[in-house]
Amino acid sequence: MTTAASASNPTRIVETHPIDKVLRADRFPHILCPACGIGSIIHCYVQAIIESGIPLNQHVCVSGIGCSGRAAGYINVDSYHTTHGRAVPFALGIAVYRPDLHVTVISGDGDLTSIGGNHLIHAARRNVNLTVICINNFNYGMTGGQAGPTTPLSAKSSTTPFGSWERPFNLPHLAHAVGASFVARWTVLHIRQLKEAVLRGIHKEGFAFIEVLSPCPTGFGRPNDIGDGLEEMRRYRRRCHVDDNAYLPEIDIDLTNDESPIVVGNFVDVDRPPFHPALGEPASTTAKPDPDRADARTQSRESISNGR
Amino acid sequence: MAASVPMTNGVTQVRIAGFGGQGVILTGMLLGKAASLYDGKEAVFTQSYGPEARGGASSADVVISSDPVDYPLVTNPDILVALFQEAYVRFRPLLREGGMLIVDDELVHPDAGETGMHAIPATRMAEALGRRIVANVVVFGYLVGKTGVISRDAAIKAIESTVKPKTYQLNLDAFSAGYERARGDRVS
Amino acid sequence: MGADAKVAGSTRLMVGEHFMLGDHACAEGALAAGLDFFAGYPITPSTEICERLAHRLPQVGGRFVQMEDELGSIAAILGASAAGARSLTATSGPGFSLMMENIGLAVMMEIPCVIVDVMRGSPSTGLPTLVGQGDVFQARWGSHGDYSIVAFSPSSPQECFDLTIRAFNVADQLRIPVFLLMDETIGHMTERVVIPPAAQIPRTPRKRPTHAPGEKLFLPFKADSDLIPPMAHAGEGYNVHFTGLTHDERGYPALNAQAHEELVMRLSQKVSAHASEVTLVEEVNLEDAEVVVVAFGCTARSARRAVNLARQRGIKAGLLRVITLWPFPEEQVRRLAGSGRVKRFIVPEINLGQVCREVERLTSLPVDRINRAGGAMISPQSIVEVIAA
Repeated sequence: MTTAASASNPTRIVETHPIDKVLRADRFPHILCPACGIGSIIHCYVQAIIESGIPLNQHVCVSGIGCSGRAAGYINVDSYHTTHGRAVPFALGIAVYRPDLHVTVISGDGDLTSIGGNHLIHAARRNVNLTVICINNFNYGMTGGQAGPTTPLSAKSSTTPFGSWERPFNLPHLAHAVGASFVARWTVLHIRQLKEAVLRGIHKEGFAFIEVLSPCPTGFGRPNDIGDGLEEMRRYRRRCHVDDNAYLPEIDIDLTNDESPIVVGNFVDVDRPPFHPALGEPASTTAKPDPDRADARTQSRESISNGR
Repeated sequence: MAASVPMTNGVTQVRIAGFGGQGVILTGMLLGKAASLYDGKEAVFTQSYGPEARGGASSADVVISSDPVDYPLVTNPDILVALFQEAYVRFRPLLREGGMLIVDDELVHPDAGETGMHAIPATRMAEALGRRIVANVVVFGYLVGKTGVISRDAAIKAIESTVKPKTYQLNLDAFSAGYERARGDRVS
Repeated sequence: MGADAKVAGSTRLMVGEHFMLGDHACAEGALAAGLDFFAGYPITPSTEICERLAHRLPQVGGRFVQMEDELGSIAAILGASAAGARSLTATSGPGFSLMMENIGLAVMMEIPCVIVDVMRGSPSTGLPTLVGQGDVFQARWGSHGDYSIVAFSPSSPQECFDLTIRAFNVADQLRIPVFLLMDETIGHMTERVVIPPAAQIPRTPRKRPTHAPGEKLFLPFKADSDLIPPMAHAGEGYNVHFTGLTHDERGYPALNAQAHEELVMRLSQKVSAHASEVTLVEEVNLEDAEVVVVAFGCTARSARRAVNLARQRGIKAGLLRVITLWPFPEEQVRRLAGSGRVKRFIVPEINLGQVCREVERLTSLPVDRINRAGGAMISPQSIVEVIAA
């Protein structure tokens, strides 16, 4: 909506942004820190929703816990802010029951790949029709900057005060290895590429995984002497190297080594049958096995597993 | 009909014990189903799921009564069907005093002092019918003919509604072989 | 749009008399209730529910998913239910423990679902194939914080069927997770189950928005006088927001004490306000009973026999069979305790005294407990001995 221009001043004052209808403007101001990258990622998703041509009410956003998990709450589609790590299986339930809907998961690296790692790999393996936007800020930001499975080697955090000695995940390589149909990595610097990738994810029949590197100046930047969010963005600009054909096992991120490139791109785009739990044939067309007839499975079982 | 159905206080406890693959679970299922759905009786069927089900041993328990069955487990069977030696050794002491023991006498070698036992070469009879796998149904027929715990009609209806249609005739033949042997073979 | 669009009624409902396993009867009850979505992870002794639905559910237009674990199973059924599905998962103690996290989410988001726990000997891996009744308090208090749920306890395969249907109806009515606390004995017992025609199967619908999306602002957590808010599903255009955080009527996070007080109180009170509608017991020989046995699940079968045996001995014994474990039938126990006729209670259960605690807090009369850690049923004789003592 715009205000009517006054007769004396032809300037039209725009009171709303074109993406406002896709945002829950009544929830602003948001909780995110200055220079946090999550807002840009929300923008990319919202822009992708608009450009998808798919009505708003056919988009669903699901998130887990953490700063990234709050994303769902700012987007004006049916949105579910679930428990830590469980966004993907919750989204699976929606996507399987309502295959006509476009379900996107936005959550953080810790949520999706640590506590939710098992769900992530199995949803990818099944090729569930989901778009997963994994916001990787290299740490648990909301709780004050603890290390996670993406924290780079030697990076400091409140739980790695002497520097992390664990090898971090290479998320595109992981997603590809476990069967995702679309795999990309971008940064919040790559706004157009990211929006395009999300759009491709939305239209992809199957599991789309998009890693987005995002500054967390509060939790990760400060202890690692990166400076402010802008400085982290400058590093992205300096070091990012777009290569859609990159050899995924070798695209680990070493944020602390200024010489090593950060490889970004749309790495994987393959067509595999998406997950559709089998629907039985209509009763009239097939002779179905009777569940009460004796067979090896139901009646004649002579011993069963001793459980786990 | 058999002279009298083995029971205690109006309840008949049946244990059918064998080893995996002998079909004792199906036999228990048929017995309980026949009583419950086709004979106007109440019945509960359970099977051993516990660690004792390891090692190939398998047993099916059925409690049959004209009144609703409250306690569902077999404690002291009125009828024990033992289809291999270990089952006989293990469960014979539980058989109620005066209860009925049925064994496949080619698979079970009873103690010297065992009396009143009913023996049927079920496995051999099943082989004669062409399929060793229906030995359990031969035993079922024998059990029904010998004890009268359920009616023949109910038993056949249970078979008909339980086994795959293409194996119905074979199972019916097996049942009849066991049943007729029981009726013509009153004392062992 | 839902998965039930192509359901053929006749195959969904196996009308007639069956000689059926308790676990299978539970699965058939879910189908009769209109189950749309099952997600689960096989675990003894609930596996037969999962297997039965793997076989049956896809044939009637529903969706069956075997998940990677129980954490995912319950998350998936909540997602499907949020999209409008009647959703079920089935598990046993170890899996039930894993589900506690999202049981809290179901409570907080007010997403209806049914969770079957076929109890086995516990704690931990315990006795996978043998009976236990030790999850009674876990069902009530297992997830963190204060909340209320409903839990039913069947004593027969027929009740597995009947109570599963009721569980779905109560879940949809109150917008809560509802538990079916079966035990291994009941789940693995085969008995006659009568499946009635569709017209005799009640269905309580979810309360739904009364205006079209966009007509005016929909407040997804604004409750009516019955304390239950109407539910809009994913994909309907209401642009709802659900969160596990404390939230306001709009569904938005409201992280303050007042909002928390209002929400948590309402979530608890909406169950207690409807307790009388969902609290079921069976009373056996209680009219003149001086000794009352309180029992549930498979133990109620032993108790029934025990009461009959005691009566034969001239002892005025009766059975209060608890069908609804939660909310606990406080009124019924208090009434018996205050009758002036009842002299004592006996609570046999295959745990170390969970229901017994409930009875004890409701009466000053003596309460004798009969406890077994698990692995076997409590025999009627051991109950008779305590009745006669």
